Amino acid sequence: MAEAIIARELRKSYPKEVRALDGLSFQVEAGTIFALAGPNGAGKSTTVKILTTLSRPDSGEAQVAGIDVLRHPDRVRQRIGVVGQKTGATPEATGRENLVMQAEIYGLTGRPLRQRVEELLERFQLREAADRSTKTYSGGMRRRLDVALGLVNRPEVLFLDEPTTGLDPEARLELWQEIERLVGGEEMTILLTTHYLDEADRLAGQLAIVDKGRIVAQGTPDALKSELRGDAIQVELANPSSGDQVHEALRSLPGLSAIGLEGSTVRARAEHGASAIPTVLSALEKEGITVASMTLARPSLDDVYLRYAGRLYHDDAKRGEEAA
Amino acid sequence: MKAARHTWQVTLRYLRALFRQPAWIGITLIQPMIWLLLFGALFKSIAKIPGFHGGSYIEFLTPGLIVMLAISSAGWSGMAYIEDMNIGVMDRFLVSPIWRGALNAGSVAQQVIIIALQSLIVAGLSLVVGGHFPNGVGGVAILIGVSALLGASFASLSNALALVVRQRESLIGAVTSVTLPLTFLSTAFMQQTLVPNWIRWVARFNPVNWAVQAGRSAATQHTDWNLVLTRTGLLAGLLLVSAWLATRSFSSYQRSI
Repeated sequence: MAEAIIARELRKSYPKEVRALDGLSFQVEAGTIFALAGPNGAGKSTTVKILTTLSRPDSGEAQVAGIDVLRHPDRVRQRIGVVGQKTGATPEATGRENLVMQAEIYGLTGRPLRQRVEELLERFQLREAADRSTKTYSGGMRRRLDVALGLVNRPEVLFLDEPTTGLDPEARLELWQEIERLVGGEEMTILLTTHYLDEADRLAGQLAIVDKGRIVAQGTPDALKSELRGDAIQVELANPSSGDQVHEALRSLPGLSAIGLEGSTVRARAEHGASAIPTVLSALEKEGITVASMTLARPSLDDVYLRYAGRLYHDDAKRGEEAA
Repeated sequence: MKAARHTWQVTLRYLRALFRQPAWIGITLIQPMIWLLLFGALFKSIAKIPGFHGGSYIEFLTPGLIVMLAISSAGWSGMAYIEDMNIGVMDRFLVSPIWRGALNAGSVAQQVIIIALQSLIVAGLSLVVGGHFPNGVGGVAILIGVSALLGASFASLSNALALVVRQRESLIGAVTSVTLPLTFLSTAFMQQTLVPNWIRWVARFNPVNWAVQAGRSAATQHTDWNLVLTRTGLLAGLLLVSAWLATRSFSSYQRSI
């Protein structure tokens, strides 16, 4: 089986709302992590709801683990694990009770059930807290329990819908490491949605940027970034200089483009950033311009998003968070 | 087998949530006492109205109160559903292979257990303040049985409504505007021959009255077995329809998200 997830031309509208999905299609290769990135309201969660049998599209087709989602939702449910945006654990129950119930739902009983529950408690460092009500858990612990709940049935495909939203940086990093281990150790495919591009960049082998219910760009994070030609160079000058002087110095350098000056900051794009640094430095000094510092940046996924969705990603993400 | 296991897990989950809230336990224990003593005192002189028969008012009131408590606790069943939707548990269940019927049956089973406990408290208290149950344990068991049947229907309908409206406020509005009028459009607190004609007529179609009549008749002397059986049959039919509706409502919920 090559494709763990196939979504074809998914469309869905909600009453009184704009179209949530507008012909969204993508495929995920088995055993990889695939990220759907994009601002809130782009259609990521609707896609996950459809693929996990929670919701149905108005039109389109979908397959998960080789099974038609619309025709055989029951069979799909046996093979997937889902970690939703909200916790999904019962607050009054203990961590162990939550896991036992989940295991019963998937038909585990007796010793295999107990073994699986203990295994997951151990693996997600919840053993000590296993008999405490999950109300008392920290955000990171609750999220680890959520992931454990999603793994009870050893799913072929795991859906993580914005898994690290609301976590502190440390808990976030821990969860990232755990997610990386999942694909490494088990034959599992992960579909991850996120509005943090750094998260997609770190975890995903393939990335699709979703905007307004469609996929606007897709590829490996590196391929998407290298489609944007060159690296960004930023030079801080020790003293304010005139634009003419800076242009004069840099104009003739090969491979350098988009030169701009703002106050005492010079920005430019270079085809090969690393080799451009010494030439830029010496050219500026030859003109008598003193450089205070210099930074070189690979294009970020923010730049990629900017290019494809045509708006500033952070503005959108921020607006979404305020609205939520 | 799978259905039973799933139902039991759902029941257990709801029972746990309740029994781990000391405030809830206190309220559940105290509420029946307040009602019995309050209504018993308030309406005591009803027993002196010409045409009232059937002994003391406490004895008359007890079955009515047991039924009223059953629907007023079961009516709120859907609130737990809304809570489950808000915290994400409902969605987790719906993407799992859990039997959909178990989500309603488990919630109903929990309500039935609560109703049985509350009813026993009321019955015991009634004995303490001078009530009698001429038909003994069997009569009380039938009384609790019909209350539980009615409560199970109310719980199912409340769950169904919760899945459709998905908002606490709407559910609260619906429950309060249904349970109290239905209670007072029955013979829970007043003998049938003493209520206005139109109420008597409406009461014939009121499931709350079915349960009150059947329960009271079973618990007191001169049981009308025909009445008990027909009303129990009607209540069982209502429960089937309600449970079907509740299970069906999951697809309505899934369409809306």
